[in-house]
Amino acid sequence: MEVIGDHGRLIQPEKLVTAISELKSSVQGGGAKPTARRESKAAYVFLLPWILGFVGLAVVPMATSLYLSFTKYNLIQSPSWIGLGNFQRMLHDDRLWNSLRVTFTYVIVSVPLQLVFALAVAMLLDRGMRGLAFYRSIFYLPSLLGSSVAVAILWRQVFGTDGIVNQLLQMIGIEGRGWVSDPSTALGTIILLHVWTFGAPMLIFLAGLRQIPTMYYEAAQMDGTNRFQRFFHITLPLLSPIIFFNLVLQLIGSFQSFTQAFIVSGGTGGPADSTMFYTMYLYQKGFAELQMGYASAMAWALVLIIGAFTALNFLASKWWVFYDD
Amino acid sequence: MLLGAFLMIYPLLWLVVSSFRPADEIFRHSGLFITHLDFENYTSGWNALARPFQSYLMNSAILVIGAIIGNLFSCSLAAYAFARLEFRGKKWMFGAMLLTIMIPIHVIIVPQYIFFSRLDLINTFVPLLLPKFLATDSFFVFLMVQFIRGIPRELDEAARVDGAGHPRIFLKIILPLMTPALAATAIFTFIWTWNDFFSALIFLTDADVQTVPVALRSFIDASGSSNFGGMFAMSIVSLFPVFLVFLFGQKYLVKGIATTGLK
Repeated sequence: MEVIGDHGRLIQPEKLVTAISELKSSVQGGGAKPTARRESKAAYVFLLPWILGFVGLAVVPMATSLYLSFTKYNLIQSPSWIGLGNFQRMLHDDRLWNSLRVTFTYVIVSVPLQLVFALAVAMLLDRGMRGLAFYRSIFYLPSLLGSSVAVAILWRQVFGTDGIVNQLLQMIGIEGRGWVSDPSTALGTIILLHVWTFGAPMLIFLAGLRQIPTMYYEAAQMDGTNRFQRFFHITLPLLSPIIFFNLVLQLIGSFQSFTQAFIVSGGTGGPADSTMFYTMYLYQKGFAELQMGYASAMAWALVLIIGAFTALNFLASKWWVFYDD
Repeated sequence: MLLGAFLMIYPLLWLVVSSFRPADEIFRHSGLFITHLDFENYTSGWNALARPFQSYLMNSAILVIGAIIGNLFSCSLAAYAFARLEFRGKKWMFGAMLLTIMIPIHVIIVPQYIFFSRLDLINTFVPLLLPKFLATDSFFVFLMVQFIRGIPRELDEAARVDGAGHPRIFLKIILPLMTPALAATAIFTFIWTWNDFFSALIFLTDADVQTVPVALRSFIDASGSSNFGGMFAMSIVSLFPVFLVFLFGQKYLVKGIATTGLK
């Protein structure tokens, strides 16, 4: 049953109770209109910090950066308009294309890998093993520490020429290499670092798995299904909104990742630009070489890329994300 | 499973153990056994950089405390308005707020840098703290909105009938009831600000205002010379506060992540 509310909106019955009490109090307060206006005024007071921040630290900077992307600007001389010059230059900038390739490789390999890992471990933990809280904490810890400079420094040493990875490999008779200093493996170590921080999505999956009623599994079991069938026909569809949610968040985040590659490569993006992420190249152009116009153009290209990926994600979700209600 | 968990944190354990080893022995051992604790690395690392390490710790601490106060204050105010009040433009403002979660920091940091350098505020904490007092961490606003929506409206109504205005309702009813959301916000703000590298790298270039992550980075920079022992020891020092927060704030962390997908 739905009732038409006072502004012509549909309101649900349970909300009607509060609507009535609101009406009552507004009658006591002397008519609906002044209350509404007073409420609006109060709302803007509460929102004042947010409005200032939204306008001053998001909208105006974004507009400025959009303007700068059409200019040449080095902080000292005033910006000079060069039209699409920065974007044309981007098309022919080999290092930029390389940084895009590095970033895409990183995103496309590490995000799915991390999510698969997170889901697998979450399912293992969900089978009700002893010490759940303990394992959950251990697996989550890297997520908290993983974005720190300290862990990136550690990673650089662990995968260094005489790091513990090589020492362990030596014990089983495999000749190691300088994982971080070899262009063909350096990016791999950073991907591994990202996968290592699977704890946060794991927690989200764990919460999601808890929501699936066990009777579904019991019924399916009685019908003689095997474990794989139950996974693909019950777990996966019911978990798909959460997988989707994780995927969107991780994609947006990993396109912007910076610290790990910056530290592991010692601030250079090397060896041979093999860990030169897009954001690192942007940082170099903008803040090391003070090419603020070019950096702004690059930033807007990044917005477009992330926006496109997110939109694609939402479009594709119609085919594989299953909403219960 | 136990083996997997052990492997997962092995690098961290190795880091802890190595920080207590004499510097020249660090890379000769991949194991975790240690004969005696050597604090030499801690004393050498503490004084290895441009400033003694407590200076960086102090700067980080000031930023963290400021950021927590700022976020709790500004985000809870905004969240109350979004969750409880009716006003013009609410829908698109809420949408815009959510959209800012998606916007990469790179689009706004260049103009922000220009703006703050015009005001001569580079190498002060203003560029890093001002945004927190203006509710720019939309994630937390969203988390709090979700939480406030779960608080029964009858409580507000009762207070309103008793003649309480919005400031009173917010302070006396909503704020005390939303402590779990506030705790989650405080904890995540702590960890993110403590670990924040990118904006600190850009806005803080003088040694005397630098934070712990930027200082750690200069171990790699200034090296060539290899004070690995000191670097490891200071890494441990930098991770320790996060670890403490993790130990004591776990309950809120787990809940916060499970409900909103924060990292």
